[in-house]
Amino acid sequence: MSVTRKEVEYIAQLARLRFKDEELENFTSQLNEILSYVDKLNELDTENVEPLSHPVEEFNKFRDDELKPSIEREEALKNAPDRTDEFFKVPKVINKE
Amino acid sequence: MDSKYEAVIGLEVHAQLLTDTKIFCGCSTRFDAPPNTNVCPVCLGHPGVLPVMNKKVVEFTALMGLATECAINERSIFARKNYFYPDLPKGYQISQYEEPICEHGKITIELKDGSMRDIGIIRIHMEEDAGKSIHDQGSETLIDVNRCGTPLMEIVSEPDMHTADEAYLYLTKLKQIVTYLGICDGNMEEGSLRCDANISIRLKGETKLGTKTEVKNMNSFRNVEKAIEFEIERQIDILEEGGRIVQQTLLWNADQNKIIPMRSKEEAHDYRYFPDPDLMPVIVDQKWKVEISKMMPELPEKRRDRFIEQYSLPKYDAEILTSSRDLADYYEKILTVTDDYKSASNWVMTEVLKNINDRKITVAQFPVSAENLGKLIKMINENIISGKIAKEIFPEMLSTNSDPNVIVKEKNLVQITDTSEIENVIDGILSANPKQIEEFLSGKDKVIGFFVGQIMKETKGKANPAIVNELLKSKLESKREK
Ligand SMILES: [Zn+2]
Repeated sequence: MSVTRKEVEYIAQLARLRFKDEELENFTSQLNEILSYVDKLNELDTENVEPLSHPVEEFNKFRDDELKPSIEREEALKNAPDRTDEFFKVPKVINKE
Repeated sequence: MDSKYEAVIGLEVHAQLLTDTKIFCGCSTRFDAPPNTNVCPVCLGHPGVLPVMNKKVVEFTALMGLATECAINERSIFARKNYFYPDLPKGYQISQYEEPICEHGKITIELKDGSMRDIGIIRIHMEEDAGKSIHDQGSETLIDVNRCGTPLMEIVSEPDMHTADEAYLYLTKLKQIVTYLGICDGNMEEGSLRCDANISIRLKGETKLGTKTEVKNMNSFRNVEKAIEFEIERQIDILEEGGRIVQQTLLWNADQNKIIPMRSKEEAHDYRYFPDPDLMPVIVDQKWKVEISKMMPELPEKRRDRFIEQYSLPKYDAEILTSSRDLADYYEKILTVTDDYKSASNWVMTEVLKNINDRKITVAQFPVSAENLGKLIKMINENIISGKIAKEIFPEMLSTNSDPNVIVKEKNLVQITDTSEIENVIDGILSANPKQIEEFLSGKDKVIGFFVGQIMKETKGKANPAIVNELLKSKLESKREK
C-alpha cells in the first residue's frame, strides 16, 4: 500500500492543515516509508481472526443518569482564543441559510 | 404528482432523549440554561478526558427498538465520525456506525383509505448532539456548548415511503411512539425531534433508485410534508425538461416555501469512521433485554383497542383519545371520578380538545384537572346541574380550575328538581300568557318552545328540563279538556 502526493494533500485538507510544496514531497515519501514498514503485517494470515476494536475485554462501563456539577462558565471560556462574556467566538461560519 | 413517476422517500429522524444528564458526562441537558453553563471538560472536548456512557441512553434506545420490533444487537460499539465544525469541539462526533444497537424493525402506518403499511426501520443508534452556532450577531459566529453531548437516538427508515403524506404519517406515528415511551418530548419546533428526508424519483415500474437529494431544516410536521411535496415536484420538473438530478443537500425555507441548496464544501463528506477506543462495547444480554422490556408501557394501538373494549367507545373516539399518552391518561383520570365513559369522551373530544387547539397548549398545560372535569360530569348525571349549566360554568373552571361543586354552590346554580317549585313557575308563566295558550289549543305545537324558554329564563336555566317538559305538557293538555 502506498499514497500519492494528491492523497497526502487530501488528508491534509481534511485535517485543515496547509503545507508547502517541499513539505508535501517530504511527507509523501515519509508516509510511504511508514506504510511499507506496516505492510509487513500483511504477511500474517489473519483469515480466521476477528477484527479487534478494543484491546481490553471490558464492556458495559456505565454511569447512572445522575447530575454532576458543571464547571463555571468563566472556567470554560478562560482558554478560548476569542470570546464574549457568554460565548466562544469563532470566525464567521458560512451561513447555512 | 405526474402519474408517470413514483417518489422514493427515506427519513432520518434524530430524537433527543429525555435523560437528566448528557450521554457521556454528568452535565445537565436542560435546554433553557444560560449559554455555556452546562459544560465540563468532557463535553468541552478537552484533551485527556474520558467519556463514560449514560446507562439510561442504552435503555431508552433499546426500548425504542423493542417498540418498533427491531432486533436488539447483543453487542454494539461506538465510532468516531470525524469532521470540523466549530460547534463540535472534539473534531469528531461519537456515534454508532458498524454494529448499532438496533436493526431491522418497522413502524406501521394507517393510510387515509384505512389500509395498513409497514415502513421498515434500517437501524436505530445512539450518538451525541453538537453545540449551537449563533450566526446572526455581528461579524463573528458565537458558540454555545450546552447542547454538546445531549443524547440523541437516530432512527433511519428504509426508503419505503412514496408520498409526502406517507412521510407525514410515519413521522406522526414515530412521535406518538417516543412520547408514549416517555423517552423524547417529540417537539419538532423546539428541535427535540429533527427530520431529514432522502428523496428520489423514478418511472413507475422501475426498480433501480434514482439519484437522491437530502432535504434538511424542516422544523415542523407540516413543513416536512410541504418540503417533500415541493422536492418531488422539483425533481419531476427537471426530468421532464430533460435535465439530470444532482445529488446534493437542500435546505427547506419555511418562510418562502422553497428549497435552497446548502452551500456544499468542495470535498464530499469523508467522515473516516473508526471505533472509539475510549468507549467499551455495550452488551445487552437476554436478562437485561427482559428488564428493559418490562419498562414498556401500553402502546397506542393496544390502548385504543382496550378503550373500545373496556369503555365501549366507538373506534373514532378511542383513536382520538389515545392519540397521545397525555390525553389518554387525562381521559382515564376522569374515569376515576365518574363511570360515564361516553360523556367523559364527549367532553374531552369537544370542550377539552377545542380549548387545547385554540390556545395552542399541551394536555399537560390544560387548566382544568381531570378530577374536576369528572366531578362536573358526575353532577350532571346526578341531576345536580343541567348540561346547559355545566357548559356555562366550564369557562370559569378554565380560568380558575375550581371544583365545580364550589362554583355551583357559590352561584346558586343547583338544578331545581322540586316539582312543586317548578309547577309554581309554570303556573305563573301560563297565566301571564293566555294568548299563547289559545295558540296551543288551536294546534300550534311550536308554542311549547316559547313556554320552555320562559320557564328557563325565570329559573335562570336551573329547572330540570325533563321535569319541565313533562309538567308543562300535562298542564297544557289539561287546558284542552276544559
Ligand atoms: Zn459535560
